[in-house]
Amino acid sequence: MKMDNARRFTSAHQSLTFSRRMMLLGAAQAGIGALLIGRMSWLSIAENEHYQLLSESNRVQLIVVPPRRGWIVDRKGKPIAINRSDFRVDIIPDQLERPAQTLATLRRLLNLSPDDFERILRELKGSKGYQPVQVAENVPYEQYAGVTVRLPELAGVQPMRGFSRFYPAGPAVGHLIGYVGAASAAEYEKEKNPLLITPGFKIGKEGLEETLESRLRGIPGGQRVELTARGKLVRELTPKPDRSGGTVQLAIDADLQEFTARRMGEESGSAVILDCLTGDILAMVSMPAYDPNSFSDGIGSMEWKNLSEDPRKPLLNKVLNSLYPPGSTIKPMGALALLRHGINPTDRVHCGGGYQLGNRFFRCLGRHGSVDMRRAIAKSCNTYFYAMGNRIGYDRIAPMARQLGLGQKFDLPVVSQNYGTVPDSAWKARKYAQNRRVVERPDWTNSDTLNASIGQGFLIVNPIQLAVMAARIASGRNLQPRLVGVSRKPAPLIGLDPRHLEAVRGGMWEVVNGDGTAGASRLPLDGIEMSGKTGTAQVRRLSASASRGQGGDWIYRDHGLFVFFAPSDKPRYAGAVVIEHGMGGARAAAPVAKDALTFLFDRQKALASLAALEQQWGGTLAERNARRAAAVKAAAAAATASA
Amino acid sequence: MITSAIIPRPLARIPWRLIFMVGGIGLYGIIVLYSAAGGSVQPWAMKQGMVFLFFLSVAIAISWIREATIKALVFPAYVAIVIMLIGVEVLGFAAKGAQRWLDIGPIRLQPSEFMKPAIALTLARFYDLVPAGEIRRWRAIWPALAILGVPAGLILVQPDLGTCIMVTLCGLTVMYLAGVPLWVFLAPAGTIAVAAPFAYQMLHGYQKKRIDTFLDPESDPLGTGYHIAQSKIAIGSGGVWGKGFLNGSQAHLDYLPEGHTDFAFASLAEEWGLVGGVILILAFGAVIRWGMRVSAVARTRFAQLSAAGLTACIFFYASINLMMVMGLAPVVGVPLPLISYGGSAVMTVMLCLGLLMALERQQRTVSRLD
Repeated sequence: MKMDNARRFTSAHQSLTFSRRMMLLGAAQAGIGALLIGRMSWLSIAENEHYQLLSESNRVQLIVVPPRRGWIVDRKGKPIAINRSDFRVDIIPDQLERPAQTLATLRRLLNLSPDDFERILRELKGSKGYQPVQVAENVPYEQYAGVTVRLPELAGVQPMRGFSRFYPAGPAVGHLIGYVGAASAAEYEKEKNPLLITPGFKIGKEGLEETLESRLRGIPGGQRVELTARGKLVRELTPKPDRSGGTVQLAIDADLQEFTARRMGEESGSAVILDCLTGDILAMVSMPAYDPNSFSDGIGSMEWKNLSEDPRKPLLNKVLNSLYPPGSTIKPMGALALLRHGINPTDRVHCGGGYQLGNRFFRCLGRHGSVDMRRAIAKSCNTYFYAMGNRIGYDRIAPMARQLGLGQKFDLPVVSQNYGTVPDSAWKARKYAQNRRVVERPDWTNSDTLNASIGQGFLIVNPIQLAVMAARIASGRNLQPRLVGVSRKPAPLIGLDPRHLEAVRGGMWEVVNGDGTAGASRLPLDGIEMSGKTGTAQVRRLSASASRGQGGDWIYRDHGLFVFFAPSDKPRYAGAVVIEHGMGGARAAAPVAKDALTFLFDRQKALASLAALEQQWGGTLAERNARRAAAVKAAAAAATASA
Repeated sequence: MITSAIIPRPLARIPWRLIFMVGGIGLYGIIVLYSAAGGSVQPWAMKQGMVFLFFLSVAIAISWIREATIKALVFPAYVAIVIMLIGVEVLGFAAKGAQRWLDIGPIRLQPSEFMKPAIALTLARFYDLVPAGEIRRWRAIWPALAILGVPAGLILVQPDLGTCIMVTLCGLTVMYLAGVPLWVFLAPAGTIAVAAPFAYQMLHGYQKKRIDTFLDPESDPLGTGYHIAQSKIAIGSGGVWGKGFLNGSQAHLDYLPEGHTDFAFASLAEEWGLVGGVILILAFGAVIRWGMRVSAVARTRFAQLSAAGLTACIFFYASINLMMVMGLAPVVGVPLPLISYGGSAVMTVMLCLGLLMALERQQRTVSRLD
């Protein structure tokens, strides 16, 4: 290589370069050192709080201790839904030492079914660390004691005292209160709350238990534990106490609720009794009903099948979700509409057994001769309401129906309400536009008016609406039905002419206390009278059945309805009773109302008459229910044995 | 150096200040390992202490070797290590998915560890032989690149990216100080910047993933990013004064992976805080400064270059690990020397220190003769 003097590199140059580069290298090293110190300061000073939080959340985990569910009590503080302590057995997967042996022992001690056993295996496989897996709940004391004495050989098994929901009145409050159960996967997905998958924790599944969930649930406590990254328990830290759910007081009168439910006997139907000044719902009964106690522990498929296939529909809350043609029970409402539109209460109509409209003859159930309004209500004369309804037209009656609560959806903490229809010409036109096949003609006809005037045809309502209607007529107040809390203040007036109300109430007094349709259901009390109105809702058209719904197959029989209030002179209670396929309001529904009201004024007398009835039916509600449950269980056992 | 009538001369000639500094770092490391084991000398602290003491004695023993002897042994040692690296490729068995070990009877040798000091010494020896006027010529450059490239390539294919980077950086440092023109460094740097995306495609899956998670740790919070995330949590949550000895929850509850090996610094910082971490960084700084001074005052070119190269080796060891642990560099699997559990890093650092002490002793001896 040729030497280039200009670029000759001498050892002097070399030593100079070396010192210069050493300086730069030292500076770079110092710079990196400074960078490291700076970075570390940033992490541990500026970001300290952030990382401390992350470190804490790494370290500490909360093992949820489910809160105790709040009680549900009635207006007098009597418990409707409470918690009973019970025994449960869980497994802490992390502490399980000999899974196979332990599970075999538990299976023997607790009599676990193959289904349960498989579920436990599945959950154990999917679980990790310290989150407990439920083995069994509601363990009988003997079995619980058996597990407890063997604990030394059952590492990881945790026998605990838990709580289960208890409803002292059983089926009497089934539809009203609902029941509780373990949260489903879908419910957990929705809320993402770890509490929901804690063993033994139950949420409201139906009725008030579901709608009042947020008030009843409470705030979970927790055992705070320090866990390793693999979920191993290091030590327990100070626990966080749980807060029980709040007690919720209902407007319900638990005794009246239970009495009414029992008084329904073997019938399928519903009853609602309101405080007609405030709107407090004192009783809301739908029968037959499931026993929420058996639902709380989860019910067998056989029991479920029995309930869902029963023609009397024990799973349906008939107060809110069954719709009926109200029949003659709406005649007092119709009368109020007539009065508002200038019909004089003394105006008379001659009933010769029916009303001729064009070439159609609309029948009355009797020949009532010349009737005024009071008498028309008392004798439930269709002819009067055909004639008068036709005179003012149904578009003038429908607003009164709505004002009194028919077709209305009430602001109640319930899971669902079917609120029916109060028809008028606009409704029919709308309906026709939507579906031409359901409604044959778009225009409102006079025969539509006639049908609706006697509570048939397009008019369908639910029982609570009927009760509200009766209560609003009784008190003249615009009350709203209320389930939660006890109201002290009467509702404001509804704005109907007191004279009109008085005239209608007179007719309703006559129904029970005169020679009206429900004369057999006078209250057996001195100085306290009930007023009411019977109704019969046809299940089949009048002409379709020779017996006119008064006999034959149970499911073709007419529904019996009754609306009422008492005392007649100073109304305080009002309500409605519907007995499905009871054949008539006077026959089936009014006696229930009579006994329920008697209970409110004279418990002894009411209980005595109930005792006599229950003897006929084969025992009290609880006895019959227990017998039925035993039969179902026996059938289920037989089915498993044969399978 | 301590001068005393009581202390025998050979002992007094040992650079005690450095020994105390290194001993302090080693003791610190043993305390960290004691805590990482949950307050127990088993399984790490005791073993590490013995390894440390053994290699410290080896270092002190090395310090008596004369520079001339070292010079004479450099090339044969280099060749021997390259042969061993090839042996790893041929005979080595796969451990941890990578061929890094050579199993010779009871000893498991990791030849790439020896290459770290060896590359510094070899290049120093090479440039010691190159006359001053030749240094800017191509023939002073390509043999150096070959000396560096062969072992670096062999280590990269093992694959051991961390060691490869360290060997390369050590070698480049020596070349830089030897006076090799700057374009030799700048041109490849530019090329790498351009070629990086292509090189990235050729990396192993787990290496790619480490780079990905370094660039965006959130992308894989439960996988490779978990290491960095938990390490940052450990350091950040320690605060200024730390959580206290034996109180580090991240390390003790196993949230911090590799808390006793690669991420030992995070364990340390969690319990001793910013203060403890800075003290350690400054202690390493002092050791490195001592090494750089040895280089700066060296009389011979070989001593200058090799001292700087050996010091650079310790520097890169510590700084790459610290940058990795603090989330400033990808996780490349470089332990923190003298702190992390494991013998290889201690061995390498002690070899470097022993050689540095030997060079330093030489200076003093020479200076006395002057």
